[in-house]
Amino acid sequence: MSDHDYRPKSKVGQWFNDRLPLLTLANHLTDYPTPKNLNYWWTFGGILTFCLITQIVTGLTLAMHYIAHADMAFESVEHIMRDVNYGWLIRYIHANGASMFFLAVYIHIFRSLFYGSYKSPREIIWILGIIIYLLMMAAAFMGYVLPWGQMSFWGATVITNLFSAIPLVGEGIVTWLWGGYSVDNPTLTRFFTLHYLIPFLILGLVVLHIWALHVPGNNNPVGIDIKKPSKDTVPFHPYIVIKDGFALLMFMIVFAFFVFYAPNILGHADNYIEANPMVTPAHIVPEWYLLPFYAILRSVPDKLLGVVAMLSAILILAVLPWLDTSKIRSAVFRPLYKQFYWILVADVLILGYVGAMPAEGLYLLIARVATAYYFLHFLVILPVLGFKEKTLPVPLSITEPVLGGSPNLAAVRNKESKIE
Amino acid sequence: MSEKKTKRRDFLFTATTAVGAVGAAAVVWPMIDQMNPDASVKALASTEVDISALTPGNTLTVLWRGKPVFIRRRTQEEIDEARAVKMEELIHPEKDEDRAKNPEWLVMLGVCTHLGCVPLNDKGDYNGWFCPCHGSHYDTSGRIRKGPAPWNMEVPKYEFVNANTIKIG
Repeated sequence: MSDHDYRPKSKVGQWFNDRLPLLTLANHLTDYPTPKNLNYWWTFGGILTFCLITQIVTGLTLAMHYIAHADMAFESVEHIMRDVNYGWLIRYIHANGASMFFLAVYIHIFRSLFYGSYKSPREIIWILGIIIYLLMMAAAFMGYVLPWGQMSFWGATVITNLFSAIPLVGEGIVTWLWGGYSVDNPTLTRFFTLHYLIPFLILGLVVLHIWALHVPGNNNPVGIDIKKPSKDTVPFHPYIVIKDGFALLMFMIVFAFFVFYAPNILGHADNYIEANPMVTPAHIVPEWYLLPFYAILRSVPDKLLGVVAMLSAILILAVLPWLDTSKIRSAVFRPLYKQFYWILVADVLILGYVGAMPAEGLYLLIARVATAYYFLHFLVILPVLGFKEKTLPVPLSITEPVLGGSPNLAAVRNKESKIE
Repeated sequence: MSEKKTKRRDFLFTATTAVGAVGAAAVVWPMIDQMNPDASVKALASTEVDISALTPGNTLTVLWRGKPVFIRRRTQEEIDEARAVKMEELIHPEKDEDRAKNPEWLVMLGVCTHLGCVPLNDKGDYNGWFCPCHGSHYDTSGRIRKGPAPWNMEVPKYEFVNANTIKIG
């Protein structure tokens, strides 16, 4: 944390700050020393905050018109689309906002993977992030159920049935989740309640996520520890604020493209058919952002093991800081890890693709190979790589490769004497 | 401090914690149980179906407790096929005789035991049902033969009220 001896200039400010140090907090946030080499991959934290607020604001306004009842939900969504002033706009922002949220979070997660941001001393930031990600998936899933279309209904049926894989108590848990013997009105009303609650839980976790970040400070593309504040840092405001703001504008262009030009391209036409418990759509697919995990679920021919594999695929991320044994954070200095990183990116994209395809023939085979590789990457490749890989020399500071200097003068002199 | 006093404290702590835990559990349980099926849901426990119009080789699908129930009037070939299967070949061994007391009538929940989709009639490799969601194949007795589903489709409690009516539940 930055200096606590901050004193507001005005008398009123001092009086207030002595009683509630909000101005000290504001000062900390604006002066917060940030590595000066942060690239655009680091702007997604701010973008994600924007996404969360967008979802909360549009969600609140939609909730003023939506009716959470099995007989009326579908019609109330059509009512929002056709009758409510700008209802179509608010709903399209909310629905596409979910996709944009996941797009940003995946970039954010893969940025961490590339630059080793999850490593010591940032494990808690990372684990909080994984919990946020899990809550996002829960919120997105429940939100998708609310319009009460065919995909809503059958998606809810399939996902809640995952719990029936638990031995002995599984069926009881599913009945409890449903509040009946199938997905029905009691299920819809509780999903609406939880869908309303979760964003606020996420908001709280985001505060902790940022708090935990501000203890060690940001990682950076070079991945080294830096002195703060020093020649290697710039204050958060105005430098990072402007950079984040520009990236956010670019992101909003993409967002607006989907909202205004292709609002339904990421959805499924089946969800414009009202829920019908008698007919399952020919091809049930989750939203795109869940497809890799869906592919893992289907690639295992056993019900319980399939569910276990799918959950493990997510939870394995929580122990990643201890699976990756390398002391070097950034992939820039890890020539082998860099290659495996891109293979993992390709692997996840392939899983996403086969997750959207029917689970048969060649697709199933590819899904099985890709699933096996996914676990191989985390459980074998990463732990072994830390011991086997010959890493490149890491600079002593961010400025060193550019200016040859370092805020740590003794270390530089030491290094120079070695060269001589 | 004497040893006796410490023991008295320990007792008080343990007793307070125990009473507190029981109290908390008593408050938490109603919060959990309110999510279980309520009285109005349980009240819809049975339904009567008129099956007089159903001809052999056809299936009637009715809704019971929010779930589809398949009532199939099987042809003689289907019955023979189901009864000829050896128990060793089955993933979830059940005799067709036990599943369909009256061999012509097969009554079961039309819910795939994998993740709850509704399987399609007259499809799949075993001339029974096929689940389009994750590719489970069921035979003419509704038994799982191939795919990720772990069990046969469930046979609910039902009875023939008379020759033309089945009561499910």
